[in-house]
Amino acid sequence: METTATRPTGILGKIVWGVIAIIGAACLAVIALRRGEPINAIWLVAAAAAIFLIGYRFYGKFIEHRVLQMDPDRAPPSVLRNDGLDYVPTDKWVVFGHHFAAIAGAGPLVGPVLAAQMGYLPGTLWILFGVVLGGAVQDFMVLGLSVRRDARSLGHMLREELGPMAGVVAMFGLLALMMIVLAVLALVVVKALTHSPWGTFSVACTIPIALLMGVYLRWLRPGRILEVSIIGLVLLLSSIAYGAHVAATPALASMFDFNAAQLAWLLIVYGYVASVLPVWLLLAPRDYLSTFLKIGTILLLAIAIVFAAPSLQMPAVSRFIDGTGPVFQGQLFPFLFITIACGAVSGWHSIIASGTTPKLLSNEREARMVGYGGMLMEAFVAIMALIAAASLHPGVYFAMNSPSAIIGTTAEHAATVISQWGFVVTPDDLTRTAHDIGETSILSRAGGAPTLAVGMAQLLHNILPGEGMVAFWYHYAILFEALFILTTVDAGTRVGRFMIQEIAGLVHEPLKSTESWIGNVLATTICVALWGYFLYQGAVDPLGGINTLWPLFGIANQMLAAIALMLATVVTIKLKRERYAWVPGIPAVWLVICTVTAGIEKLVGPISFTAASQKYADAMQAGKLLAPAKSAGDMQRIITNNSVDATLTAVFVLLVLTMLGFSIYAMVKAWRSRLPTAHEAARVALASVAGRSS
Amino acid sequence: MTLSKLWQRLVQTARLSCGVPDYDVYVAHLRTHHPERKIPTYAEFFRDRQIARYKGTGGRCC
Repeated sequence: METTATRPTGILGKIVWGVIAIIGAACLAVIALRRGEPINAIWLVAAAAAIFLIGYRFYGKFIEHRVLQMDPDRAPPSVLRNDGLDYVPTDKWVVFGHHFAAIAGAGPLVGPVLAAQMGYLPGTLWILFGVVLGGAVQDFMVLGLSVRRDARSLGHMLREELGPMAGVVAMFGLLALMMIVLAVLALVVVKALTHSPWGTFSVACTIPIALLMGVYLRWLRPGRILEVSIIGLVLLLSSIAYGAHVAATPALASMFDFNAAQLAWLLIVYGYVASVLPVWLLLAPRDYLSTFLKIGTILLLAIAIVFAAPSLQMPAVSRFIDGTGPVFQGQLFPFLFITIACGAVSGWHSIIASGTTPKLLSNEREARMVGYGGMLMEAFVAIMALIAAASLHPGVYFAMNSPSAIIGTTAEHAATVISQWGFVVTPDDLTRTAHDIGETSILSRAGGAPTLAVGMAQLLHNILPGEGMVAFWYHYAILFEALFILTTVDAGTRVGRFMIQEIAGLVHEPLKSTESWIGNVLATTICVALWGYFLYQGAVDPLGGINTLWPLFGIANQMLAAIALMLATVVTIKLKRERYAWVPGIPAVWLVICTVTAGIEKLVGPISFTAASQKYADAMQAGKLLAPAKSAGDMQRIITNNSVDATLTAVFVLLVLTMLGFSIYAMVKAWRSRLPTAHEAARVALASVAGRSS
Repeated sequence: MTLSKLWQRLVQTARLSCGVPDYDVYVAHLRTHHPERKIPTYAEFFRDRQIARYKGTGGRCC
């Protein structure tokens, strides 16, 4: 693939690409135009594959040669600063694998599932085109910029190219995003485990399993990751199998049966303890297990979809594009583009693309495969999640994802409400699904994980039938998501702590020292309190939490993506390649429009946090109680929470506008300058240092 | 690519995904460039990398 980079495509190549283009167009036409009868998921997979191949081959290459002007003869940081540890020229497939493992998380599995309420078509189109023109461009360009700057971080590049103030502003934005990410992901776990003794038991088992693995790795067989991960996996699978027994035994089940608020507190305490324990004991071993399980499960899902070839039962476009949907509020524009963040465009990737990966690339020409290609893989994961959700009975989908404030708490009531929406379902369908997956109820389990788990369980059951296996696969899928979300919570709390210490260091220098015990405890407490607040608020939220927090997360994540793409635009202009500024510029402008519009709709108008807070304030004035509040104190808390969310939204909007201001200023200045003004490291020919690397 | 080479690459990828770089590469680097330094055992190397992984802002995605 890479060797043809500078050669024009031959006749055969032209034919092959022509055929791929026709296949892609045909599949897309089927997906978009077929109405009335369910279509097979394979059409979606084929369309995605064709579009991604074309995007990678043509647009990716265009960016590589014209916009970034990647130079195979230029020495990358891995060669120039080779230290055998962090900076090491590494085989491109190894770098690709590592990069993908770092970017793939729960995000692309959750967003598309929530967006399925609008039908599968809007989400599919946004993922396909959003990734080719936006998400992959961001990842690739940030990686390209970082490789040219000694593998510097996003924050560093922002300070250098946009000015020190922009760096500080971005730092706050990043911290706020981090807190929302941790809260919303933890909430996904809470939603999945509420009153689910089986799920709670198996997730709880990951703690002793991880401790055991930690001890094994530390003293018994140091560094044998593979070995210990296999042991861990066997123990995990046994804990899922034993979970069925726990759920069926009332005395045991009651020990693992918690409501949402209790689970939120457990997670907060757990997050605190886990982030102050030594990493080798709990965090690291669980990290290994979750990394492997994540990759394995993604492969399993791919196999299940290809072999089960389910048909999509969700309509292509549902009536909820008008903004009245129960899963999240707001119209298709801008909320679809906020709800599906990871999978189409994920701002967080700009941190990873300017983290370890640029230190490992052995040649600039490999950046396209790792940066652009890695993101296309993630988009594929998002498409698979969408397929899993859309292949469910729509009635089951809406029962699982609608808040109890809308569909009630009994199967009968839920079935009536959902049938009225036009998705005919019987109470029996709902209770049977719950029974199949080994749970007592499937109602209002928003957050993506449970829906994906049911979808995945049914797909896997199709290809590997067996009595009671649906329940096993369901709990496997829940466990796998919970496992890596909890790992993110631990690791994220640590990262958040360092961020807080860095910010505190701006005010009072000694607080910055990560060796300081008081500084550590203080920063950890602040960090856990911040995400814990949002988590708890989500757990007791009248609309179930995800409904409230996911848009905040989406806005924050797309805000970061907008910042990264604005940086890429600024640098393109600084390099005097103005004619290509549209490449990162168009997705940057689109994301600014989406985040600001969504932000404003969440600030003023019918679906805003302000309106929600007002509704409760009015009711309180009139001396009434609105569900789920049971006392005036509850009412007051809901009002406060909504005001906090509104404030945070305003902060995000201001932040993105401020960064836009910094970018425009830098762009105008660079446009006027006659010479390139970007801060690239000096070019060193690869040939001159080839012998230096080991 | 031979099977053993493929396996080696897979192990390298898996370890790197967990924040543990290639030990042999590091040892080779030390021998060539810093012959005066002591070469850590794999266990020491592993511990050091394990701690290093959770220090920075790198890491993983949501």
